[in-house]
Amino acid sequence: MKYLKYLLFGILFGIILVKAEMISWFRIQEMFRLESFHMYGIIGSAVFTGILSVWLIRRFNIKTIHGETVVIPEKKFNKGQIYGGLLFGLGWAMTGACPGPLFAQAGTGAAAVIVTILSAIAGTWLYGRFREKLPH
Amino acid sequence: MIAFFQQPWPWYVAGPLIGLLVPALLLTSNKTFGISSNFRHICAACAPGNIPFFKYNWKQESWNLIFALGILAGGWIAVSLLGNGQPASIHPNLAADLAVYGIHPETAMVPSSLFGIDQLFTLRGLILMVGGGLLVGFGTRYAGGCTSGHSIMGLSSLQWPSLVATMAFMAGGFLMANFILPHLLAL
Repeated sequence: MKYLKYLLFGILFGIILVKAEMISWFRIQEMFRLESFHMYGIIGSAVFTGILSVWLIRRFNIKTIHGETVVIPEKKFNKGQIYGGLLFGLGWAMTGACPGPLFAQAGTGAAAVIVTILSAIAGTWLYGRFREKLPH
Repeated sequence: MIAFFQQPWPWYVAGPLIGLLVPALLLTSNKTFGISSNFRHICAACAPGNIPFFKYNWKQESWNLIFALGILAGGWIAVSLLGNGQPASIHPNLAADLAVYGIHPETAMVPSSLFGIDQLFTLRGLILMVGGGLLVGFGTRYAGGCTSGHSIMGLSSLQWPSLVATMAFMAGGFLMANFILPHLLAL
């Protein structure tokens, strides 16, 4: 039952992704062609809300509902964030989806998206396989 | 009431709601918001091979897979219960550019003229679905996160490597959408 909350958060996220048309291939094209403010408004206001939340949690040392201190792992810089980021960006504009939206797209009944998800899993596997040979 | 939810949601509703998922996960479970790690967990669960990168206790991260399953269910609920059956209204310049390639706005947000099952048997569809998917999976893991893990969670906690990653995501997207995609769509 402890997993129920993750399912509910996921459902909420999935509904938002669809209803705000963030999973629309067209909206992603508009974003990258600078033809619409919509996606920038969403990402901007989401980050603003997130920054404010994390700041409040740290400022007032707010604990989790189980009384634990909130831990946010540090992200360390490596060149992968540039090379991998660029490669992901190319794929994002092709598929019109980042990983979250891929799952939502499949949920809307776009059956062929399953092929895209399987390809993303394969891509991740290839990264794991050749990780040592890549510049980081 | 239901009609209210059936309209497309504006950015100032969707954005803050997504932002609130960050403290929701932190405060209920001490988990950080992110999706792309799921691809790694699936590799670790199904085909770890002898690859060190996939040798870890993925079951400890199964909450993330449940989260992804929820997204899938949410997508289904949004369309079947909260859908309005209207085609997306898109920018006239984009509509005109896409019409040249026989792509038109549809009620589905994933255009079937590009991502339908039948398109898997075309070069264009194969490149977009398989090639695009490979890039998404390879790129996000190489970058150590996606739009969720870096652009939302990383930026929310003011981590500069996530800003670098986000700028790289956007640069790749700009390059593809404006300069490469037109050639792919013409295939």
